[in-house]
This record gives sequence, structure tokens and C-alpha cells, in this order.
Amino acid sequence: MSDQPTFTPRDRSWHPPALTPQYKSSVLRSPNQRLLSLDTTLSEMTGPRFGHDLIGPLDNDLIRNYAQTGDAIGQRIIVYGRVLDEDARPVPNVLLEFWQANAGGRYRHRNEGYVAALDPNFGGCGRTVTGADGGYRFRTIKPGAYPWPNGPNDWRPAHIHFSVFGYAFAQRLVTQMYFEGDPMIWQCPIVSAIPDRAAIEQLVAALDRDNTLPMDALAYRFDIVLRGRHSTLFENRLEGN
Amino acid sequence: MTRPNTLEETPSQTAGPYVHIGLTPNWCDIEGVYPEDLGRTMVDAETAGERIIVSGRIFDGSGVPLKDALIEIWQADANGLYNSPLEKRGEADPHFTGWGRQATDGTTGEYRFETIKPGRVPCRDGRLMAPHISFWIVARGINLGLHTRMYFADEDAANGECPVLSGIGSKARAATLIASRGEVDGAATYTFDIHLQGDGETIFFDV
Ligand SMILES: [Fe+3]
Repeated sequence: MSDQPTFTPRDRSWHPPALTPQYKSSVLRSPNQRLLSLDTTLSEMTGPRFGHDLIGPLDNDLIRNYAQTGDAIGQRIIVYGRVLDEDARPVPNVLLEFWQANAGGRYRHRNEGYVAALDPNFGGCGRTVTGADGGYRFRTIKPGAYPWPNGPNDWRPAHIHFSVFGYAFAQRLVTQMYFEGDPMIWQCPIVSAIPDRAAIEQLVAALDRDNTLPMDALAYRFDIVLRGRHSTLFENRLEGN
Repeated sequence: MTRPNTLEETPSQTAGPYVHIGLTPNWCDIEGVYPEDLGRTMVDAETAGERIIVSGRIFDGSGVPLKDALIEIWQADANGLYNSPLEKRGEADPHFTGWGRQATDGTTGEYRFETIKPGRVPCRDGRLMAPHISFWIVARGINLGLHTRMYFADEDAANGECPVLSGIGSKARAATLIASRGEVDGAATYTFDIHLQGDGETIFFDV
């Protein structure tokens, strides 16, 4: 069994720590004890796989996938990029799910209390499976910023939530994508839970003029990096999949 | 720590309070986008193994159950095989996905999975682990998804041999991973409560 692959340990200084008091919800929801290190086993090195046949034709189109009477309201954008591992290898055939507020910053959720209007044509969820080169793409509207109960006057920068599967349960990741040039990124207690500015910048999607659809939609590029396996020992073990 | 890799992993951010919109949209009344929420059904009529229900709650540091969390589980089939392309030891039960996803109830905070009892899986050195279910938890206030494992109270012998479980220094802490067995309407149920902080804080793993 010694040829089982393993992952490079997670760089916990790059991720936000569990306890970040400026983000108040973390105070009672962060484990106090240290994580127990686990020599990865098959339980962590395997994971569910979702095929392209799961994906419906409108799943990657948030402008149309909940439309009742017409397109969702807002600035039309394309979000695209690649899923790579830490060794810069593409990660093909993995499921990405995303969710977001509407153009006014309002979520379609029973617990949502923001006064901004619901858009009857916008649900706020989408999904896709990466292609052979790890690439993905979806169409949506640019979400609005919104206020949230934390400090007396905290606002979230415009963002899209992402859920990413790799090929192993140990790679499971949830994150948020921000938009280049938004000054609110640097005022957000959730963003600043990440200690390293360079790590935050990894979450900021770049406006990409070259992929703009003229007279239709702006394009933002967001590449996602998942944990990579130990590079030297197991170079070719996983290629046959 | 030396990092041999060329890129850094994308940093995590909390799933927030509205994780359901993306991951269980039908559950939160966004209907008609996907036919069914992913991970809702793990078994069908022909799945091999003992049917079980796994349920419980996740408690914060003040003892209040989380009503806005999302849990994913991953487990082997009754023969100890994973339904994954990376499973090289044999063909897993095609009637069992091994993967489930459930939101905690918006009123009670309870989660519930209908699944089967998994078989034993070897760890890296070939020794058999005890039957277990891997848990991954995200929610508002959780900055990076938490990994833990659930073991079975009625597997004393296997639990004692499990390199992971028996390798935990503190018996009291190891006990936080063991679900008690009960019966409801003739169905085997395991209760696995998770404590994020405080007395009986559940063990979370750096996997
Ligand atoms: Fe949000």
C-alpha cells in the first residue's frame, strides 16, 4: 500500500485561521483545540466524481436558469478560468458550484433580510464540470455589495461563492471570488480573515478585455488551485484516470 | 515548512449563511434549476449492506445547534470499497454513491443521512481501519471546512485495532468520534453530535 499517493500538507498560514474575532460568527464556531494531523488514507485520497452528464444546458447560465419572464437584471458578465493543482497541472472533470446575490445584493433565501429587491428572474445558483484542460466558464450578472450584521456597518464586497471538488475528499474547498478594482475588498472582515495580502489577491478575478463579448458581457478570469499531491514520489500514479 | 509545489492552494472563505442556494437549492425553495439536490440520495433498493440512519447536531461554543450548516459525508461501501475513480482495489457497489450532502434543519439544527454501514478500509501500511464515515462541515463562521470522522459504538474490536482511532492519545477525545447506536421504528440509527468548542470538543483532522 506504500504506493498510495498523498497530498502536500495544507499551508495553514495561507488560509484564514479558524478564529478571526473581527468576523464575529467565528468566535463561537472555531475549534479551540489543535487539529489532529492524519496520515492520509484512502478515505481522504478518494472522492466522489460527477460526470458531464450531470450538467443541464442552462446550469452554467445564471442569467437564464431561473428565468420566468425574461433575463435576470444586471450587468452581464462571463466568469471563466481553470482549475489547477499546486503543481500547475489542470484538474479536469471536477464539479464546480457557485452561488451569489442578485445585482442589488439580495439573496434568494428565507433567512435573507436585506431590503434590496428580489429579481423574479434570478435564482443565484449554477454549476459546471471542468473540461480536459481544467477550464470552466459560466454566464451571470455581477452581484451587488450588501450589508450584513457583524460590526455596526459592515458591507460585503461584490463576490461569488464557489464550491470545488477535486478528485479526493481532502481537496474539498469552498471559497469566494472578488472583482478587480473593488475598494470594498480591503474593508471586509471576512476577506481580512486571510492574513497574507498575496493570498487575498488570489481571490480577486481580473477583468479580461480580450474575452469580453462586445456589446454583451464583460469577462472576469478566476483560476482556482487545489491541493497537489506530493510531487516527487508519485509523479505518474494518478494519470490513468 | 518547505513547499515543493509551484502554486499555492486557493485560500478558503466561509460558505456563509446562504450556502444552500448553491449546494442544496431545492431545499431552500429554489426549484426548477436542478432536478434534485446533489447528495440527497445515497442508496437505492439494491444497495448492499446494513441500512442505517446517521443523525445529530452541530453545537457551537455556547451549546446552540447550528441551523445554517452544511455537511458532506464520504464513506466506503459494505465491502470497504470507495465508489471513486481512484479506487484501484476493486469495483465498488454501483448502487451506492458513498457521498451524501445535507443541510442542518433550519429549526432544530438536526442533520440526517440515510446510508449503509461501511466496511473496513486499510490505511497506508495495510492495517485495517475500523468502519468510519468521513465528515466535512461548512457554515457561516467556519473559515475553512472542518474534517472529522464518525466511528461506530458497536465496533469495539475493530475500533481497538484502528490505527487512526487507537492512535489518538486521549481516550476522552477519541470518544468524541464514536456514534452511539439506537433504534427508531426498527431502523438502526447512529447519533453523532459534533461540538465545535468546549467540553467534549470533537476532534477535527488536518487531513
Ligand atoms: Fe455572500
